[in-house]
Amino acid sequence: MGKTKTDLTWQELEVGATIVTPGNAAEYKSGDWRSMRPVVDNKKCIKCGTCYIFCPDAAIYETAEGFFEADLYYCKGCGICAHECPTQAIEMVEEEE
Amino acid sequence: MGKRIGLEVSLSAAEAVKMANVDCIAAYPITPQTHIVEHLSELVNDGVLDAEFIPVESEHSAMSVSAGASAVGARAFTCTSSQGLALMNEIVHIVASMRLPVVMILANRSMSGPISIWNDHTDVMSIRDCGWIQVFANNGQEVFDHVLFGYRVAESHDVMLPLIINMDGFILTHVIEPIEFWEKEQVEQYLPDFKPIHTLHPDKPVTMGGVGMPSIFSEAKVAQDEPLKQSKSTIISAWKELGDIVGRYYNPIETYRSEDAETLFITQGSYGETVSLAVDELRGDGISVGLIMDRLWRPFPFDEFRKVTGQAKNLIVIDRAISYGGQGGPLAIDLRSVLYKEKNQPDIANFICGLAGRDVTIGDFKTMYHKAMKKVKEHPREEDFEYYGVRGK
Repeated sequence: MGKTKTDLTWQELEVGATIVTPGNAAEYKSGDWRSMRPVVDNKKCIKCGTCYIFCPDAAIYETAEGFFEADLYYCKGCGICAHECPTQAIEMVEEEE
Repeated sequence: MGKRIGLEVSLSAAEAVKMANVDCIAAYPITPQTHIVEHLSELVNDGVLDAEFIPVESEHSAMSVSAGASAVGARAFTCTSSQGLALMNEIVHIVASMRLPVVMILANRSMSGPISIWNDHTDVMSIRDCGWIQVFANNGQEVFDHVLFGYRVAESHDVMLPLIINMDGFILTHVIEPIEFWEKEQVEQYLPDFKPIHTLHPDKPVTMGGVGMPSIFSEAKVAQDEPLKQSKSTIISAWKELGDIVGRYYNPIETYRSEDAETLFITQGSYGETVSLAVDELRGDGISVGLIMDRLWRPFPFDEFRKVTGQAKNLIVIDRAISYGGQGGPLAIDLRSVLYKEKNQPDIANFICGLAGRDVTIGDFKTMYHKAMKKVKEHPREEDFEYYGVRGK
């Protein structure tokens, strides 16, 4: 998709607003919904991956060093990762823009 | 020329659906639509029509199945009335937004309550704004022709919208009329195979009926309304070609003795024929009166109405539905809007009559004419309409 959804004019929509590019839900930026962002303190992190398992949007990925970070394109800021972290290594901080 | 035979209009409508070679019929029986669907089930059962007949558990399912069938590229037909239409309402809107060219015959019947099985236009008016192309038929032959016309228009790539054929319950569905069938070659010449634009198929996955966020919803709605408005040119050319093939020419509005008429009746559906007889009798009395029959209801034929009403002094609009608490019947409401800002604004007398199949005779229409002539002297306003023939009013 060359254009984001907000750029399309009515003439550019497919007949019946059909979506013809399969799997393009991945392009949808659910990160827009976020008001709190998870910040990981790697000093407290034990690399258990609990946050990775619990993230309902599969927005958390493992870094090369084995730590975990949220992909902010998708992360909605729900805070489940921070709630489930056994060492309280994740803090939810206000988005300030 | 095709063979002309005497047949119940419902059965001939089903025969037209057969001639359209539909692939899927999903319907739930409801009076007065029943005979159409019953006959189609016989045709499929007897192997005369090679189609899936899906006896669904409700009208909601009938329209859902039709949507699914159309989405995979099948030619889909369904048929209902009144409460059945109300039950399928949710999907009626969705089929239009997904641009699926389903064709439906609506055997017009009152919306309950009180419970009624009889004919008026309260059912179709409840979905006036559903986004389907909507036409009215005056008689059985028009129903037959418009089934084939329906698929021809609906499946045109510049249209791709569902289409409703309004057919008065009992007045048309249950009477025997002489119907001229089309020859097979005429159907083949007029109606090409359905070639969908998008289809649901695993080889080329697409999403139909997705979520429309606020950032795209309005664009999606304009992309639905524009082709409906623009479909009028395809509709007119499809009528022209139909006429060239079978010799019956149709128009968005039909006129009868209207050219020099001071006063025009305006009707929808089968009342057109009754009023035409009233016009003849009134003309016989030396009265300058004519008739306009609205065939195309959506998209609304603005220009055509402005043109024919341009010379008239008075309009008598016959409505068969109520806009509760509103400005009269739906047809009168639209006509007033059409004529607003026109140089010549005829006075409009609006009668709501024939609800739930109550007989309205030639004599009644003549009475309406004389009543209307008194009303127009007082220049009736929008809310000054009359429930004709109601005791105590």
